Amino acid sequence: MLVINNIEKKFNAGTVNEKIALSHFSLSLAEGDFATVIGGNGAGKSTCLNCVAGVFGVDQGTILIDGEDVTKLPEHKRSSLIGRVFQDPMMGTAGNMGIEENLALAYRRGKTRSLSWGISNKEREIYKEYLSHLDLGLENRLHAKVGLLSGGQRQALTLLMATLKKPKLLLLDEHTAALDPKTADKVLSLSDRFVHEGNLTTLMVTHNMRHAIEHGNRLIMMHEGRVILDISGQEKQKLTVEDLLKRFGQVSGEEFANDRALLS
Amino acid sequence: MFEIILGAISLGLLWAIMTIGVYITYRILDIADLTVEGSIAMGAAIAAFSIFNGMNPFIATCLAFVGGMLAGLVTGILHTKLKIPALLAGILTMIALYSVNLRIMGKANLSLLRIDTVFTPLGNLGINPTNAVILFGLIAVMVIIGLLYWFFGTEIGCAIRATGNNPQMARAQGINTNNMIILGLVISNGLVALSGSLIAQSQSFADIQMGIGSIVIGLASVIIGEVIFGTRNFFNCLISLALGAITYRIIIALVLKLGMPANDLKLFTAITVAIALSLPVFKSYLRPLKKSMNGGGQ
Repeated sequence: MLVINNIEKKFNAGTVNEKIALSHFSLSLAEGDFATVIGGNGAGKSTCLNCVAGVFGVDQGTILIDGEDVTKLPEHKRSSLIGRVFQDPMMGTAGNMGIEENLALAYRRGKTRSLSWGISNKEREIYKEYLSHLDLGLENRLHAKVGLLSGGQRQALTLLMATLKKPKLLLLDEHTAALDPKTADKVLSLSDRFVHEGNLTTLMVTHNMRHAIEHGNRLIMMHEGRVILDISGQEKQKLTVEDLLKRFGQVSGEEFANDRALLS
Repeated sequence: MFEIILGAISLGLLWAIMTIGVYITYRILDIADLTVEGSIAMGAAIAAFSIFNGMNPFIATCLAFVGGMLAGLVTGILHTKLKIPALLAGILTMIALYSVNLRIMGKANLSLLRIDTVFTPLGNLGINPTNAVILFGLIAVMVIIGLLYWFFGTEIGCAIRATGNNPQMARAQGINTNNMIILGLVISNGLVALSGSLIAQSQSFADIQMGIGSIVIGLASVIIGEVIFGTRNFFNCLISLALGAITYRIIIALVLKLGMPANDLKLFTAITVAIALSLPVFKSYLRPLKKSMNGGGQ
């Protein structure tokens, strides 16, 4: 479903600040794969996701989604294939617009927008139905501005928007990092549910080792712009945080230096 | 006195169209677009020149609208395709338009005295000139508010609003944000030029200088409208803008009546807008003060 083939991404190329964020990075996900991506700061996790989403181009290599070469496609065109949830809860929704308006925008992802009404009554019923599954009481607040919602509510809404039109690929970029632990767990279990119900191919970046181990059927560890561990199946199910730390040390030759990942 | 107020209302209604244009860029797209200073004069220049040379005033007014849209298109392309910051892109177009407008008119000002304008048909019905402008302005503003209320409720209109509110989210939902910014600028400047053409026709002359300070007047009207008449929903916002523009004109007419020299007008407007824009800062200073005066606590 997703094939990343030998991509390379440099920032500030040709200057003293040159930073190779991804080097000869390859990864492929089969349909229905739910891969968690973990790694230290600057490992290239978010860069990888942004390259797939088209936020910026890659210096070399190709990216294929569902067999389609999207390497040169601008961000807004790739969106027809991709659903995204960001780290910052403010980023995935338009705060000055209503809940239903945000959903209506997402409902039209990948469709040419016309001069017909931005939202129809028939859709409102659908949105109510979907929102009621979130268990946040949002189904009765269709007109409320999204800016009035809490971070957790906004993230749940963004998740719903990302999956409203079934995407070929779901990208979750540390989407629970800015939430308190209880809300984070709720949003994560919601993510799990959406992914399983839709059999969505998913890439989830996280800082949290426990989350990386507990969710998904594959675990990918990145270090200095490369994949250093790719664990799936039975092996992943038996994985513990200690195992993961030990394996990281063996493969990279360094201590895993990331307080956030260890403490949570 | 009554005459002065009526005059202010008539002018306010024509400026209301410009105010709505400013609102589209300033509030909906979140861009301070200085193109308007050039496009308002451009609208006046196009209409005045065309009417002066015998064109039907209604067609001339439409032509002014199209001219403004082109000005917005230029700024939009400079900003989105050529990546020039919005403020600078607007300034570039504004400066370029100064020369363009001189080219259009052939000189710095053009008189339309005793020449038929869009207001003449109403005048022929026996309505006095001021009332004719008020009637025409009222109809024009209502039609424009109706059209914009519809437009910003459509899929494309929603996409423009999302682009202004959160471009990142808009792109993630498949919206071509560059095109939406260009479209917004085109509509906005079209309205501003339309307003310019009507102002020129109502005062029977077009002047190359008439755009100077217009962005500040537009912002003042937007803020006055929002603060006094509310922003409960989009329709309410649009009405507030029109009322804001009229209120601004009435305020100006009154201060002039009270003896403020006309030369100080732009200073007065600039100070008003500066105060209005900095209100949130003052409020945050005043809040703790209020608390301590109320004996502290929550």
